[in-house]
Order: sequence, then structure tokens, then C-alpha cells
Amino acid sequence: MAVARYIKDEKDQILDVILESGIHVKPSYSPKDLEGMGFSYEKDVADPGEYPYTRGIHPLGYRSRAWTTRQYTGFGTPQETNERFKLMISHGQTGLNVAFDLPTQMGYDSDDPMSEGEVGRVGMAVDSLRDFEIAFKDIRLDKIGSGLTINAVASIMLAMYQAVAEKYGYDPKIISATPQNDILKEMIGRGAWIFPVEPAVKLIGDTIEYSMTVMPRANPVSVCGYHIRESGATPAQEIACAILIADAYIDNVLARGYDVDDFVGRFSFNLNVFGNMWEQIAKFRAARKLWARNLKEKYKVKKPQNLFLRGLFGGGGYGLTKVQPENNIMRGAYYALVAALSGAQTTALCSYDEAYTIPTPHSALLSLRTLQILMDEMGLRDTVDPLAGSYFIETLTKEMEQKIEEEMEKIERFGGIIKAVSEGYIQRLVARQAYEVEKGLESGELLKVGVNIYKEGGESMDVELHEYNWESAEKQIADLQRVKRERSGKDVLRTLKDLESATRDGKNVMPYLVECCRAYATVGEMAGIFREVFGEFNEPSLF
Amino acid sequence: MGTQKKIKVLIAKPGLDGHDRGAKVVSLALKDAGMEVIYSGLHRTIDQIVNIAIQEDVDVIGLSIMTGAHIPITQRLFQKIREKGIGNKTVFVGGVIPSRDIPKLKEMGVSGVFPGGTPLAETIKFLQSTMLKR
Repeated sequence: MAVARYIKDEKDQILDVILESGIHVKPSYSPKDLEGMGFSYEKDVADPGEYPYTRGIHPLGYRSRAWTTRQYTGFGTPQETNERFKLMISHGQTGLNVAFDLPTQMGYDSDDPMSEGEVGRVGMAVDSLRDFEIAFKDIRLDKIGSGLTINAVASIMLAMYQAVAEKYGYDPKIISATPQNDILKEMIGRGAWIFPVEPAVKLIGDTIEYSMTVMPRANPVSVCGYHIRESGATPAQEIACAILIADAYIDNVLARGYDVDDFVGRFSFNLNVFGNMWEQIAKFRAARKLWARNLKEKYKVKKPQNLFLRGLFGGGGYGLTKVQPENNIMRGAYYALVAALSGAQTTALCSYDEAYTIPTPHSALLSLRTLQILMDEMGLRDTVDPLAGSYFIETLTKEMEQKIEEEMEKIERFGGIIKAVSEGYIQRLVARQAYEVEKGLESGELLKVGVNIYKEGGESMDVELHEYNWESAEKQIADLQRVKRERSGKDVLRTLKDLESATRDGKNVMPYLVECCRAYATVGEMAGIFREVFGEFNEPSLF
Repeated sequence: MGTQKKIKVLIAKPGLDGHDRGAKVVSLALKDAGMEVIYSGLHRTIDQIVNIAIQEDVDVIGLSIMTGAHIPITQRLFQKIREKGIGNKTVFVGGVIPSRDIPKLKEMGVSGVFPGGTPLAETIKFLQSTMLKR
């Protein structure tokens, strides 16, 4: 929530501004600052669409194509989710972003005792292919891409997406699924992990390897700095972790003997927008540059289009407040502006009521309209990277680049990202920082409107709450039981047995998962095999 | 608290949700305030939480719940607490808790409810004064 630390004198004059990543902001900037840093337009920035892509990955930016809007949607039964999808599409949304309930994310069926009270609560419940058939009914899977916000069992969901597309007559080669599929960040923040680090990363490698030939338009991994930031990382740490995590997935696939140019172009990123706006804009510009340089110099990537940092920049949940919730509508508009000024390919906003509830159709629509107003009314499509050349922004972009590199070095010195996550180094670091932020808010050192300043009026409001529907949950369980009765038990047993052998033999599990899905094996059955073979992640201690 | 025994607190994340920023921040704050804190880690069942509470002989159990399932989860906790005969534990709840649900939680036996945005000092003071009264 923190923006920056302000050092003031007794007359409220600002003496110093210290951004979260540790950069000091000066009262003004001039060409001398750029000279002092050895700034070169060609080397540091270059034209949009030119290496190192600081200004953007496309020469025409939003002129050629406005951003994709992808509000996070899904709750209750697949039927309810399907209706909400269609509503958002009818309002002009251009991609889907599927929310799954926690049992699905954690690999449990709706009738599992672990799932009680959670079926369909924070997302759509998925037990078998039957649920995907309902959820994606009448959605043009050749035209609309789907983000699948799931990680530990992303391989299962990607397999199921292929199975449903085929069922509806689409060639897997033309469908576009973007499973989130970033397990290392789940272990740092968000917490929907199941398996230990090594097999969990191997599963991600499987999805990348499989997509290359079967679903070439899929984006098999969306590397999320977003949740690491939500957990307490600074913007520089967010990008440092994201790049190192992406490298870990690249290394897994390279070890299978592939050429990096065969797959890395399909990686995408999910990054956060809350915080000091200048720092975020500089962060996104520096991130594009560092990612391109990382791929070119470390991995010897050859094709220019494989160097692009394509991303969903959005959300900003931690920036929103529970008090005076309508203020979050304005915050969302500013976050969207930051995302647009930073050249986001895809965006989504947290809705203003999310500190209370799953967004209502009304608040989700407000978020979508906020994004549309920027593109179609405010001139954000006019020209690419409009802040380029600002003495301040260019200086800050270079400073952010250095900070991100410093954070990457710290993790490398610890022994690399896999070790840092396995042993809880990053988890403890971000938790400690999150605590420092809370203390700063309580002491008033960090300012937050409605929280510690301008607290009068509208302390809280009646927000329309999304009611948990016990009947939906019961219906979901009844449907699951019907699927289990109607499916061929023989096919299920056979495909699950094949999956188990493949898993034990260390083969790529994807083709086996697709066979299981086609036989209507359940998420719990497939994940159960992984649980048995892989075991579970041992969460490192907080203290 | 003077020479009194340290307050021993279990901060627990019941259920499948993994959003633990709040639980971790509260754990660190209570530790800084001089309490002995055990953090359960993620994805704990109520049985596991109650077992840790018994094994570690904690004074306080704090549940962090963000999914909206706070009513059924808290109900289950108290059921288990009664079964195991450890009704002497103080229970508090934090997370995404709409204000209309606070009376329901208190009726069940929750001593304090601290929705997201509650100052840390408030939670600390609450625990200190509750334990002093005992």
C-alpha cells in the first residue's frame, strides 16, 4: 500500500522522497542527470519495437491494437460462470480470465471433505471435462483467449482446455490458453501450492514442451511478479523475482534439449501496478529492457520477437482499501493509467468492492469501463510510450534497472531462486517488509487516504455482498456424482493408470492428462496421482 | 506484562486459501510485542489446528480467513474445541470479515474480530488486556 517515504520539514515542505525500491527522487531533473548516467537513446531506450524494447515491444503500440481487457471472472457453478463470461463479452471484454475455486486450485474434487464450504466460493468449481463443456459453451475459442488462473494443477487445466476445444470442434493449434502456471510465485505469495519445488517446476516444463507442438498459440506460463509484490516485495524485487523465476522454467526446458527460441516467445508476465506511479512506469520500462537483455545475453535468443516482455499489468489489490471503498474506483482509474502509460498488452483491474466480496456484475463492469474510457476517450492510443525522453522518467528507468539487478544479485548470492524459495529466504524477506509497511501506515510515516489521513466521512459503506450459494455447491456435487456414474469406469481406470506410470517414469504427463480428461477422470483423481508420486511442498518457517 | 508468563499465540490459516500476508504480518507484530507466536503455515485442517493448540499449550488461537468461509470454519473450530475440552482458549478471527458477520462470530465464542485494515496495535492491546483479565 505504501507509495513512498516522504521526509518533510515542519512547514510540510518535502525535503526528500524515497521510493519503495530505495531510489531518492530529486525536486527536478535536467539533461545533466541523463549525461551523468551515461544515457544513450539508442542503447538504453531505442525506438518502440527496437531492442532493448524499453519503449515497448511494438513500433505502433496501441495504434495497431488496444490492450486486451481481461477481468478476473468466475464463481459458483460452470453454468453461472458461463453466463458471467457472456455478459462480460457482450460488454466488449476481449479475453477471459478464469477464476477457479480453491478446491480446484488445490486439486480436490467438490465432494472431497477438504472442499467443504469452498465449492464455487472464490471461483468456478471444476471437477471434470463436463464442467469445462458447460463453462465454455458458445464461446468462440478460436477468437477469445482464456487466462486460466491456476498454478499447481495448471497442467491438468491446460489438458482439459485442449479436450474441451476438441469437443467443440476447434483445432488445438488455433486456441489460445494462458494458464498462469507459475508455481514458484505461489510458494512466495498466494499459497496455492501442492507439490514440492522440483516436481512442480517439472510439471511446468511439461506444459511448455507440450504446447510447442500441440498448442503453439498457448502461452503456457504467465510469470507473476504480481503476487510477490502483493506479499510485500518492492517493485524492484517484484521484477527481479519474476525474471529469475522465468529463467528457472527456461532452464528446465533447455535441459530437455530444446532450443530456447522454440518456446520462450510464448512466455508472458503478470505484473502489479499499485504504488508510486513514476516508480511503476519506470519499473515496466526497465523490466522490458532487462528481460530482453537477459534472453539475448544469457540465453542467446536469436529471434527478436522472442525477446518481448508481453504482459498483463494490472490489478493492484493491495493498493485498495476497505475504508471508503468508493475511493478504490478512483485508484483503479489511476492504476489503469499507469498500465496504459507503461504499454501493457493486457490489463485487468481489481474492483472497488474486493476488500469485501467477490465483485458484483456492477463493480466488475465499472472496472471494465474504466479501462475502456482510457483507450477510447483519453487519448492513450495516440502515441507509443508518451513519457519517453522525460529527464525524470529516463533517469528513473535507469535507476530502476540498477535496483532490479542488485536484487537479482542478492538472490543469486543466496544460491539462486530455487534455493531461495525452497528455504523461505524470499518469503521471510517480503513478510518482514509487509510488516514494516503496516508499521509505517500506523505511525503515519506512509500516507493512505481514508486510512491515516482524510478519514472523515464514509468510514465504511454497505457493499452488496456476493452470497455463497450452498445450493450451487450441492448441485456441483450432485453433477460430479452423475458424471462418475455415467462415465466408463474402465476408461477412467486405464487412463489414470497410464498417467501414474508416466508420472513415475518422469515422462511428459500432458498427453496422459488429456486422455484422462477425455475419459472424464476428475481433477481430484489426476492430482491425487501427483500427490502420491510427488508428495507435498514443505512450507519453510516464517521466523 | 512485567514478570508474567509470555502470552502464547497460535496464528492459523485454516482451509485451502493461501493469502497469508495478513497472518504473517500479525504474527510478526505479536512477536515484536513480546508474545510467543506459532504460525501454523498454510492449508491446515481444523483438526490440525486444534492439535497444534493442544501440543503447544497456547493461550490464544487466531484464525486468518480471506475466502468468506469464516462462519462454517469458525463453527467447526468451536465444535472441535468443545470435543477436546479446551474451551479455555481465547479465539480471535481476522481477514475479509464483513461487519454484519461479527455478531455471529462473537455468538459462537470468538472474543475479538479484526477485519483487514485493523491497526496492529488494536489486536495487540486486545490480547494483552484479555489475558490480563484471566
